[in-house]
Amino acid sequence: MSQSASTKTQRPLSPHLQVYKPQMTSVLSILHRMTGVGLTVGLMLFAWWLISAAIGPGAYAVFMNFAGSPVGMLLLFGFTLAFFYHLANGIRHLFWDSGLLFKIENAYKAGYAVLLFTALMTGATWYCVLNKGPYASPPVTATLAAAAVEGETP
Amino acid sequence: MNMKWDNHGMKTPLARARGLGASHAAVPGWIRLRVTAIGIAVLSLWFLWFLSQTIGASHAEFTTKLADPRNAICMLLLIIAAFSHAVLGNREIVEDYIHHEGFKIFKLIGTYLFFFAVAVACGFSVLKIAL
Repeated sequence: MSQSASTKTQRPLSPHLQVYKPQMTSVLSILHRMTGVGLTVGLMLFAWWLISAAIGPGAYAVFMNFAGSPVGMLLLFGFTLAFFYHLANGIRHLFWDSGLLFKIENAYKAGYAVLLFTALMTGATWYCVLNKGPYASPPVTATLAAAAVEGETP
Repeated sequence: MNMKWDNHGMKTPLARARGLGASHAAVPGWIRLRVTAIGIAVLSLWFLWFLSQTIGASHAEFTTKLADPRNAICMLLLIIAAFSHAVLGNREIVEDYIHHEGFKIFKLIGTYLFFFAVAVACGFSVLKIAL
């Protein structure tokens, strides 16, 4: 690098996150990368799932036990959240790539749509998982509903 | 040593600007990242359906479902798309945030090899179950 002494000062290199006020647009953008990194961690769970199934019932049971443990469930919940966020915001990015939604109010509207989609899909997925999945014996929401009914008619 | 942006007579501004991004050669990676993204977005519909069919399944039920050629093919496509996308996304972040050239190359080679190995392991697992 043939830089003269005057240009050798240590300036922050792009993208310098720390100098801007957080805004909806920038925070969602940073979240996109963070969820992307999180999803690669989730990809390791995905790999464990498939490889354990190929090894046999014993290894598969070890994975399923982990998936049903509090740590496993927390990781899977985070994976679901990151997955739906990254999916929706990725589609928002594809709109931008095709030259759409560049007006600031449209970028904001799409941002809120992404957050709404993430919340709804994560909620719907876990509603199904808790009612139908391996954690559902007895189904959590059914138990809650039964408890509510019992409370109403003592 | 001349920097790429030094003004050499006949060069157009575009020619001087080319290759100055964080990766020095970004366009193919940029396109691949979008193509794999679209692939994952489509396959995620199948994946959610597949999970709804296999969640809480026994090993025998799960492997039977995955052995269905339609499911095995979709799973293989998803593995290829997801791991490519992870590698490309990781590359974008590494190129943006890691400024030490040696460590950057080390990190990129390391993640390429690691993700490639895990992707091959996943693909082999699906084939072993399905075939």
